[in-house]
Amino acid sequence: MTDVLYDLPGPRARARNLVIAVLTTVGVVAVAAYVAYRLIATDQFSELRLTQFQYTAVQQELLNGLLATLKAAVIATALALVFGAVFAAARLSDHALIRVPATWVVELFRAIPLLILIFFFYYVPLQYKLHIDTLWALVLGLTLYNGSVLAEIFRAGILAVPRGQSEAAYAIGLRKTQVMVSVLLPQAVRAMLPAIVSQLVVLLKDTALGFIITYPELLYAAKQIGSRGSFDFPYVVSYLIVAAIYIGICSALSAFAYWLQKRMSRSRRTAARPVPIDQAAAAEAGGVGGVGA
Amino acid sequence: MNTFLHTLTDNGELFWRGFKTTIELFLISAIGSLVLGTLLAAARVSPVPILRAVGMTYVQVLRNTPLTLIFAFLVFAGPKLDIGLEYFPSACVALIAYTSAFICEVVRAGVNTVSPGQAEAARALGMTFPQVTGQIVLPQAFRSIVPPLMSVLIAMLKNTTIAAGFSVVEAGAIPQYMSERGENQFATLIWIVIGFLLLIAPLVTLQRTLERKWGVAR
Repeated sequence: MTDVLYDLPGPRARARNLVIAVLTTVGVVAVAAYVAYRLIATDQFSELRLTQFQYTAVQQELLNGLLATLKAAVIATALALVFGAVFAAARLSDHALIRVPATWVVELFRAIPLLILIFFFYYVPLQYKLHIDTLWALVLGLTLYNGSVLAEIFRAGILAVPRGQSEAAYAIGLRKTQVMVSVLLPQAVRAMLPAIVSQLVVLLKDTALGFIITYPELLYAAKQIGSRGSFDFPYVVSYLIVAAIYIGICSALSAFAYWLQKRMSRSRRTAARPVPIDQAAAAEAGGVGGVGA
Repeated sequence: MNTFLHTLTDNGELFWRGFKTTIELFLISAIGSLVLGTLLAAARVSPVPILRAVGMTYVQVLRNTPLTLIFAFLVFAGPKLDIGLEYFPSACVALIAYTSAFICEVVRAGVNTVSPGQAEAARALGMTFPQVTGQIVLPQAFRSIVPPLMSVLIAMLKNTTIAAGFSVVEAGAIPQYMSERGENQFATLIWIVIGFLLLIAPLVTLQRTLERKWGVAR
């Protein structure tokens, strides 16, 4: 679409584009220079501030943080996939008694801010003097929220398989379960895989909320390292390192999702149209399109 | 049930203050991220390669960074760089920086839903780039942009709770205060959920109405 918005530039347009390009470059350079100036003026990369990162103990601390992040993400992913599968099946049920409550549950958990969900498992047990590990408070919150979003993705995937497929399957005498397991699911999985992966990126990013309930994940480790006065508070460096780790992992996963989507759209092994990856992306920041969709 | 009601009525001023800050945070960040997001989208479809690259880099980086990290950077690392913002402006900046990346993507995706023939026809009439986008493409794209845009804004409303972890007294910070006052946490959280549902409901209703109204027009 982009390239049909304008004609091939003529001499005047080329001159104008050149001016814009130069201005942009100047702007970018100015911003970069300002950032660099701030970094240097406040001496963020001083010897003292960097020393800490050469210690194996500190490297280990960062690694432990990363492992804690990944641990929460992996457990929450596993639970959310189960939760999503169960509730997607319930939402597709023929019995209103199952379908309606499941719909309410899914819609509700998508509407509640994730942090508030996590607080339910953090503050409430705290009040009753029950000890619940911050890991589980985080994991349960992530599971309920992402499980609900996944339930919607699964449902969209199943519904994306053309009606003719299930009608044909019923016509040759398959049962409901058989239709689901041997006809709909194999095709739906291919259609929704990219959307699932991109939702998992969201989940991974959301583990950073563990910082707020003091779960010792990557961001928490960065804060610990950055807040050491004897090394002149190297917050900037420690956050830059952590940001690079997050961006690296998430970009790789997102790229994988896009690759899958590209591959799937060529695939002839499914009649279903791919579940749009951006639905998950919009779900992203928090609550899919809501509460609706 | 009585204690449940009293949890709200006894601490009315805290809930009021919290949700008022949430709404302020939401409105400022919504306007900010809509403006920045649209500008970024314009950069990403512009004929100038370097503008496109800037837009793409911004979106790639911000989309893959946890919002909590942006908050933490502004609040803890910011003062070390001598750009010490107050807590509330920091929260606005973090939300705007993060959300605008998603808004950019929504707007760009919306532009892509308009059939290329429309822009080609406009160009064939001799329209310039501002005319093609402003009069032909964007008005049509707007219809398909609004529903996902509302989704992003709803998500942002929910994300305002993260500011609670960074000393902004908004709705997400209420549990912490209530914990100090020894109030019932479960009731507190239920009231917060109700508050958010009340804030989200009009947005969802609007989204659905627009979707229904404009969905058919295409």
